[in-house]
Amino acid sequence: MVRMTNVCKAYENGTKALKGITATIDDGEFVFLVGPSGSGKSTIIKLITGEIAPTVGSVIVNGYDMETIKPSQMPMLRRTLGVVFQDFRLIENKNVYDNVAFAMRVIGASSKEIKRRVPYVLELVGLDTRTRRKPEELSGGEQQRVAIARALVNNPRLIISDEPTGNLDPARSLEIMMLLDRINKLGTTVLVVTHEKELVNRFSKRVIAIDGGKVISDGMDGYYNYES
Amino acid sequence: MNRNRIGYFFREGLGSIFSHGFMSFASVCVIVACLIIMGSFTLLVLNVNNMIKQWESENQVIAFVDEALTDEQAKALETQLESLENVTEAIFVSRDDALAKYLSSFDPDENDLFSDLEPTVLRHRYMVYLEDIEHMADTQIRLNEINGIAKVNAHLEISEGFVTVSRIVGLVSLSIILILLIVSMFIMANTIKLTTFDRKEEIAIMKMVGATNGFIRWPFVFEGLLLGLFGSLIAFLVQWGIYEVVVTQIGKSSAMQLIQALSFGKIALPLLGIFVATGFIVGIGGSLTVIRKYLKV
Repeated sequence: MVRMTNVCKAYENGTKALKGITATIDDGEFVFLVGPSGSGKSTIIKLITGEIAPTVGSVIVNGYDMETIKPSQMPMLRRTLGVVFQDFRLIENKNVYDNVAFAMRVIGASSKEIKRRVPYVLELVGLDTRTRRKPEELSGGEQQRVAIARALVNNPRLIISDEPTGNLDPARSLEIMMLLDRINKLGTTVLVVTHEKELVNRFSKRVIAIDGGKVISDGMDGYYNYES
Repeated sequence: MNRNRIGYFFREGLGSIFSHGFMSFASVCVIVACLIIMGSFTLLVLNVNNMIKQWESENQVIAFVDEALTDEQAKALETQLESLENVTEAIFVSRDDALAKYLSSFDPDENDLFSDLEPTVLRHRYMVYLEDIEHMADTQIRLNEINGIAKVNAHLEISEGFVTVSRIVGLVSLSIILILLIVSMFIMANTIKLTTFDRKEEIAIMKMVGATNGFIRWPFVFEGLLLGLFGSLIAFLVQWGIYEVVVTQIGKSSAMQLIQALSFGKIALPLLGIFVATGFIVGIGGSLTVIRKYLKV
């Protein structure tokens, strides 16, 4: 669960990225976070992942208060999150299997757990037949599926997807969004940051729209009515 | 840290060495070069100190016994002399022995000139060997204070010369060794910096999925350690070869006959220890310095 209460964030250069954001994302929800460039979407993601701290206000993510969290607790918080980026961020010299297994290895998972979990997740994202391929041998959509598998492999409570379809054609974008929807139906909370109006409007999900660092609409109608 | 994790860190560190082959080669070359220069100065210091020690041992103080003392009384002074601080040995030389030694320094044909010389013209004496010639002046004063010692001859200017040379060589070498150590660490840090820069995405992913700083740091530490140790072992072997060649050349040269170089066997272990320790410090120190910066995500 994510709870932001009256959150303001001002950067050192004086830019006020967020001006009193209040929003809650409950466990099991699927939420689109939309808004134009510079509206504060990335700042919200950075606050949730603990890359930055709020200037004012409270951010609580999966039970961790970002104001009081100790540096030693940050890895534990991040193990409850799975992050998917627009540019996939896969390790080029590792194959599909190793890219996904890597996320488990670096948190100290045993070989047995890795051998059990990675094939399951790869099957879930539809890549069980391409495990030995390197990222460069995959299409954009497939690479994003690997990134989703990596985000999913440690069984996070919340998946944050930052413009996951930004580098994909419409058909592949729809596939990715349907995959995220499927993951959400399996019980994982999903937060998708995007400004692809058509895609958002195809799903009947909650849409939080922000602009100028403020929430301008928050509705369950699944309609992205903001002009970016 | 359990065995599985050590194995993982080791494999990751080793894998990174090969996947960044050129940079790893460059780091090892730099470590080898710095260690050889450092090792050469260390060997120079060891040899100079050894030579100074030899010269020191030959630079004894002569304590002349009062003529009024009987032979027995003169010999009895030995215990008193050897009980003094900084005195390692006091060897009694009788008048007769002193005269014989004096005469032996001349051509046998000229010995007739001294045939009438009586041993009584000379005094009994002690050849006093010191532990540390740096304290020769103090020891000379204490020897003079002993009842029965009439006069003490000590070549203070020579002892001061030895001490000065020893200090200068030690200081210059230590400075160069320290500078090279810092240079090696700096270059190693830069090498690791390039490796980490190359892998900053990987580190960011590790941070994002919840890897602890320790877990991220260890493969880099192992990488630095392996590079440092590998470089130090190569440097040791090269240093050995260079030293043997130099010693052989010195042995062949008539102009440098006076120089008695230490055999490599005697200094091999300490030198290997210095090299490995330096490789260890440079490798681990270099990687830790750099990786810290990338962990602040």
